[in-house]
Amino acid sequence: MSENTALDRRRFLRAAGLAGAGLALPALAQERKPESVITEVQDWARNLGDGVQAHPYGMPSEYEKHVVRRDVEWLTAGRESSVNFTPLHELDGIITPNGLCFERHHSGIANIDPAKHRLMLNGLLDRQLVFTVDDIKRFPGRINKAYFLECAANSGMEWRGAQLNGCQFTHGMVHNVWYTGIPLKTLLDEAGIKTNGKWILAEGADAAGMTRSIPIEKALKDCMVAWAMNGEALRPEQGYPLRLVVPGWEGNMWVKWLRRIEVGDQPWHHREETSKYTDLLADGRARRFTWIMDAKSIVTNPSPQAPLKHKGPNVLTGIAWSGRGSVARVDVTTDGGKNWKGARLDGPVMPLSLARFYVDIDWNGQEMLIQSRVMDSSGYVQPTKDELRKVRGVNSIYHNNGIHTWLVRANGETENVEIS
Amino acid sequence: MSKSAKSLALSVLLITAIAAGTAFGQVRKKTGLGREALTEEIAAWDHDVRPDGVGLPQGKGSVKEGEVIYQEQCAVCHGEFGEGKDRWPVLAGGQGSLKSEGPEKTIGSFWPFASTTFDYIRRAMPFGNAQSLTPDQAYALTAYLLQLNDLVKEDFVLSRENFAAVKLPNEANFFDDDRETSEKHFWKKNPCMSNCKSEVKITGHARMIDVTPGSKDGPKVD
Repeated sequence: MSENTALDRRRFLRAAGLAGAGLALPALAQERKPESVITEVQDWARNLGDGVQAHPYGMPSEYEKHVVRRDVEWLTAGRESSVNFTPLHELDGIITPNGLCFERHHSGIANIDPAKHRLMLNGLLDRQLVFTVDDIKRFPGRINKAYFLECAANSGMEWRGAQLNGCQFTHGMVHNVWYTGIPLKTLLDEAGIKTNGKWILAEGADAAGMTRSIPIEKALKDCMVAWAMNGEALRPEQGYPLRLVVPGWEGNMWVKWLRRIEVGDQPWHHREETSKYTDLLADGRARRFTWIMDAKSIVTNPSPQAPLKHKGPNVLTGIAWSGRGSVARVDVTTDGGKNWKGARLDGPVMPLSLARFYVDIDWNGQEMLIQSRVMDSSGYVQPTKDELRKVRGVNSIYHNNGIHTWLVRANGETENVEIS
Repeated sequence: MSKSAKSLALSVLLITAIAAGTAFGQVRKKTGLGREALTEEIAAWDHDVRPDGVGLPQGKGSVKEGEVIYQEQCAVCHGEFGEGKDRWPVLAGGQGSLKSEGPEKTIGSFWPFASTTFDYIRRAMPFGNAQSLTPDQAYALTAYLLQLNDLVKEDFVLSRENFAAVKLPNEANFFDDDRETSEKHFWKKNPCMSNCKSEVKITGHARMIDVTPGSKDGPKVD
């Protein structure tokens, strides 16, 4: 420190009335060089920026280019029948931006001209009907609802142990969106369900002709035919122009590019409810019709793609959800489950929607084993992975909602681990 | 009954019906939106098939015919013997593997119903050229896949008439979701909050497996 600087510092302290007060002072700030980002006029502060209409459909800052969906190439044979993952570690709040909602297609994205799209209702109905997209949007009783959609195979790669290093890959087959549409019940009432109508078959217009059987009780309870997500038209990869919304139930049932609803008296046992989306247990038997998504939570920050970079105050955050109702509470541990602490839920906590939780932590560089555990409004408590394996074995693929562990090392690096 | 008594009875009936309907909020006016679907339109889209054979079209196909179509249009992904190329689905074999470390879930080893094969072939296969097969070709391919799984003989001919008689061996091993009873212990009143375990050991690391995309150029930590 030069004499001058020392003198300046003493003057500053005197002026501020703080000399010898023993407080943590901005001493270092006095020794550092001033930051050029402050002392020098930056380009954006001198020059004119883009005018309006430079980007008729706005995009994120160029400095957010890394915030994208990602896939795991070795997971599937080709990209048309594949999946990518929501970058959960880059998001906050409860709503997933439309361009970041994970994708799962079975025969690629159908590119549909809405003028040529039709929705047919047939089967055990008083009237067999055909609707245009315009017809659907003219129905009375339009509703808006926020719901999570989780692929049944989310975390499916983690059954045998910690495998993928990032919550985008371990938990990124979930998104949470505001849907606009009409209750499916409205359409079924318009056609008139016959008394022996007990099941519906929802069918997509894509080259997979995706079909799923859904019991009539669920169809009438809260299913929606939606045309908008987060205020704008559905994205093509999310089913434009119409998709089925099946709140709280596995994502595969939310048929995209919805073109037909058939009413029948039995389930159809199609490919996605027999060969796939059934849960193989250790004894070789398989559970079918496991539609409800069990309560689940994950700490998104810190996580392997979002390590801790600073000692001192840090915000631990994550998301929780349940297919049986709303999130009642989330507990967090930093010592691998020896001791837990209630997290703070912030933002709306709605049934069948993601909830956001926070724990403000003070990190002094100690190693941490971080987990979160959700309890839902039905009293279900998210189990450990070992508790799940005890009942289901490791061949289930689907419905892995076990408690997940992140190891935070002394240097802040964070890794996906399994613990005893 | 006199005419006036009749009309009185009728109006009482009507009033009761309206009152009951209103009480349950069930008197719903039809909007009249949409239009009646034509028979040809329903026939063009409604191809779905159920295990009991409902939905099957007229037609038939033999194992031998199926083999020709399969080798031309399916083997490129599913392999000459249904063994699956790269990561495309394995269709045959796998019997007895369901309890093992590497279960092979094929039509013969896992699928509960033959109708699923027919339905899926007709709606979604061949991959990239969906809905191009005739009902006869779908019968033939289904017959061939059954034969690849040793479930029918080489001279077998599958048709709408004999379809329901084909049973797959694993059907009995499927059961409806029972989580609310078999996993009842996941509903807990007071999950443990302190001193829940004495020791914690790390038993596995994702980094050891190193299969995460971009793991080599992950975020830097100072």
